[in-house]
Amino acid sequence: MATLQSLDIKRRSATTETPPSVRSSIEVAKLIDVSKCIGCKACQAACYEWNDLHEEVGINIGLYENPHDLTDKTWTLMRFTEFDNKGNLEWLIRKDGCMHCDDPGCLKACPAPGAIVQYQNGIVDFISENCIGCGYCVKGCPFNIPRISKADNKAYKCTLCSDRVSVGQAPACAKACPTQAIYFGTKEEMKVHADGRIADLKERGYQNAGLYDPPGVGGTHVMYVLHHNDQPQLYSDLPKDPKISPLVQFWKGGFKDVALFGFGLTALLGFFHYVTKGPNEVERKDEEAAKRLSGDRP
Amino acid sequence: MTNGWNDIKNADVITIMGGNAAEAHPCGFKWVTEAKAHNKAKLIVVDPRFTRSAAVSDLYCPIRQGSDIAWLGGLINYILENDKTQKQYVALYTNAAFIVKPGYGFKDGLFVGYDEQRRDYNRAEWDYELDEQGMAKVDPTLQDPRCVYQLMKQHYTRYTVDMVSRITGSPKDKMVKAWEMIASTGTPERSHTSMYALGWTQHAKGSQNIRAMAMVQLLLGNIGIPGGGMNALRGHSNIQGLTDLGLMSNLIPGYLTLANDREPDYATYMRSRQFKPMRPNQTSFWQNYGKFFVSFQKSMFGAAATKDNDWAYDYLPKLDVVYDVLRAFELMHQGKVNGYFCQGFNPLLSFPNKKKLTEALTKLKWLVVMDPLKTETAAFWENHGEHNDVDPTKIQTEVFMLPTSCFAEEDGSLTNSSRWIQWHWKAAEPPGEAKTDIDIMASLYRRMRAMYAKDGGAFPDPILNLTWPYIDPDKPLAEELAKEINGKVLEDVPDAADPTRIVLRAGQQMPAFALLRDDGKTAAGCWIYTGVYTDAGNMMARRDTNDPADRGLFPNWAFSWPANRRILYNRASADKDGKPWSHRKRLIEWNGRAWGGFDVPDFGVAVNPTAGTMPFIMNPEGVARLFTRGMMRDGPFPEHYEPFESPIANPLAPKIVGNPVARVFKADMEVFGKASDFPLAATTYRLTEHFHFWSKHVPVNAVLQPELFVEISEELAKEKNISKGDWVRVRSNRGAIKAKAVVTKRIKPLVCDGKPVHIVGIPLHWGFVGATKKGFGANTLTPYVGDANIETPEYKAFLVDIERISPPVA
Repeated sequence: MATLQSLDIKRRSATTETPPSVRSSIEVAKLIDVSKCIGCKACQAACYEWNDLHEEVGINIGLYENPHDLTDKTWTLMRFTEFDNKGNLEWLIRKDGCMHCDDPGCLKACPAPGAIVQYQNGIVDFISENCIGCGYCVKGCPFNIPRISKADNKAYKCTLCSDRVSVGQAPACAKACPTQAIYFGTKEEMKVHADGRIADLKERGYQNAGLYDPPGVGGTHVMYVLHHNDQPQLYSDLPKDPKISPLVQFWKGGFKDVALFGFGLTALLGFFHYVTKGPNEVERKDEEAAKRLSGDRP
Repeated sequence: MTNGWNDIKNADVITIMGGNAAEAHPCGFKWVTEAKAHNKAKLIVVDPRFTRSAAVSDLYCPIRQGSDIAWLGGLINYILENDKTQKQYVALYTNAAFIVKPGYGFKDGLFVGYDEQRRDYNRAEWDYELDEQGMAKVDPTLQDPRCVYQLMKQHYTRYTVDMVSRITGSPKDKMVKAWEMIASTGTPERSHTSMYALGWTQHAKGSQNIRAMAMVQLLLGNIGIPGGGMNALRGHSNIQGLTDLGLMSNLIPGYLTLANDREPDYATYMRSRQFKPMRPNQTSFWQNYGKFFVSFQKSMFGAAATKDNDWAYDYLPKLDVVYDVLRAFELMHQGKVNGYFCQGFNPLLSFPNKKKLTEALTKLKWLVVMDPLKTETAAFWENHGEHNDVDPTKIQTEVFMLPTSCFAEEDGSLTNSSRWIQWHWKAAEPPGEAKTDIDIMASLYRRMRAMYAKDGGAFPDPILNLTWPYIDPDKPLAEELAKEINGKVLEDVPDAADPTRIVLRAGQQMPAFALLRDDGKTAAGCWIYTGVYTDAGNMMARRDTNDPADRGLFPNWAFSWPANRRILYNRASADKDGKPWSHRKRLIEWNGRAWGGFDVPDFGVAVNPTAGTMPFIMNPEGVARLFTRGMMRDGPFPEHYEPFESPIANPLAPKIVGNPVARVFKADMEVFGKASDFPLAATTYRLTEHFHFWSKHVPVNAVLQPELFVEISEELAKEKNISKGDWVRVRSNRGAIKAKAVVTKRIKPLVCDGKPVHIVGIPLHWGFVGATKKGFGANTLTPYVGDANIETPEYKAFLVDIERISPPVA
């Protein structure tokens, strides 16, 4: 696992330069095999414990999901869907949380330098002390994952246990999973493992079984094995073709250049105006008009 | 378990019925996912609800709770009708060929010999015909109309697909598909494992539910082989240890039984326990009963147990009736039990009919509760509003709360479902004034002993003569107790052939139970545990992960009773000549001189197959019983009876209510509800987010499942105008609870006996202390009746009604 240890940064939010690194790191991934998951919530409990998160005791609203949504203290949540597949019931249970996109919308949207980083191994992490709580990451995320804390007005989400991974450990959820529905390793290994699982599912009649590694976000470092990969939205609205919001794409992409050009143009025009017209100066009539407006009569 | 958790990975077909392993045993369930992922196993789940286990199954078949014997009887009929048995196995290794007495019969839902007044059978005719030598008669061709095979076939002809579907509500196509998959393992190459738990035991015919599947497994040749077996998933980390050590009112350690009051002396006691073989050349291992019993008495009473005083037989209590917990609380309710020690046990929430339990506890003079947590039982006298609406001024019971350490705060062993006895080490000091259970019991005993020594009393001998050989008598060490349970040699034992050679030396730890003796020269606290702590050290602390041939046996990991054997009856994995039935499923075999292989043979190591000794050595027949003779109170073959509270009359025998021999106390019979008043079939169960009434004290678990709910179908919700998240009241004839409604597709109404039966699911984890929202105990509703053989209460099938209510005022 030594090769997984590097937490060298590949990308920082609101920073155009890629920090140089002497090392190159292998990309990691977590593979969640939904077909093996029994929804026991051990991963959710392990996440609270490892990250020292103290979620409030809620109420039952007629569902198995507790809490009812991701929060600043619940970074992973088991979501349950009852799917009537032509008379055969299926209980589709999905562990929801940050997908650690290769092209992270949150990082792209973030205006605070270094508040969101992507490590060389692919993990996308929030660096709280740099976070300004603007919520752009929430808008930027195609999976609706980050949550802003009311206590400190900072954004929180799954770190893929970057602290554990940096010392060669698997994330807490993977460690706790009793049925090995959560695998962790290099992204390549996880893809190979997924192939075996998909072949097994196809043999059992799930013709559309497949790996969820959506290209719209450059692939993800959290992937799912789904029985119905053709309909990921069955699994509590997992997006079929997630993409970074066009607004963020535009704002931080094309528009950014336009805006920069705008800034430059304004400065340039100002300069020409100075050169051709000279500086603006306050004249006597201006002073008198100002005094009149402020009620200070001459 | 006949097999073990890890062995499940060897199965080809797995049935979870009478349990919900993914929910209640998520860690053990990993072996199911292993079997599926690496052995191409198919998983069948049969349950009234589409459970978390069903979520990862290959086939789910709904069933009405309490109708499992009908379903399994149908499966037996299917196997026999379609000739799917593993023929040689059935003919040789079961009692299929045995001839039954002519007086045995079955009519109108009752076996011969029923006495309605006593609610009991005269079971004399439920037995084999014997020849002049006292040996059972057999017909190896299985053609004799009085042989077990033919009687069984006849008994289950009534269990047709139509009849079974009518009783169980299972859709015929799903049911037959499941039967077909299970029956596909009636070949030597394939095995089927049965995983069950309290969904089978908690019925008035719980033992027979298990028997029915055991018969299926025998017919398919699935006992004694890898990936097979009858596998009881125990519900606590050490509940297997509890039964092994005989913590039941009628047992002594190692499944020896306490004497009853018709057995005044040792000779009488032994007469009904040392079974002689019923067929030539059979082992009948219980012939060694005396060796285990005498060694137990020597362990308990040391030098005070002698041949002359019948090994202190008089020191042991003699039962007039069995004092199971239901009877104990009934007697408490009658005012006949005045003091109660409640150790690691929360009966107010764990036992049926909370109202009756509260009344019973109110009548006590004193109650001692030993527990690491504050329990509802300890707080039964506190008013918690509607969740425990009592008047403390009217309760005079004096309650003592003795805080104990939990498992992580002490050294000791835990015995898991696989029969593995695993040592664990203290990880932290107990908080505050908490003491270990051992320390509390030791100081209690020391005080009582001092009082008996000073004041005498009617019969102080058993108390005064109890061996107490611990370095610190007030604080016996776990290791000291483990060594005592293992047993040791008290006097030198010379070799029978060469008296100059000493086989066992005085002071030595007993190496194996096979060497225990009935002459007082050996002691062992629990014979089946002999071997856990030998002169080689603490075998329970072994952590060797080697696993020859990847069989999941791990022979040097901890210690598996008996004799470190991992799969019971493993002689049955080989044919009569000692060759494995299949290479794929091989475990042990005869190599021409001895038995050997991957596991410790469950058989005489040097017994040549030509001797004709059969694999089921504990039975005097040498074979497994499809027909149980008079061993079970409610019949030699499992027969379907409805739960005591049932939405329908028994389609097989409409006049019979419940299990005809289950014990019911008069007042409890009167509060059974009728289907006309309570039309819905209810059942109770655990959730994976919680463990009993413990984890509701843990904030993380409380977050994961914060509040009591009940589960109902969309159809019932519509009928009763209930939406998800609404408050509902659920009533039985014994009480009512309020809960949130979870409306789900995972429960469907079942058509039973021509009418729709709605199911109400009630999780059991809530009470009035802990970190969750306060909730009502599910057992406010459940009926006070137990299994006919072992008195496990019928929590799994009873009647209720449900209505929407307005939310309680906060």
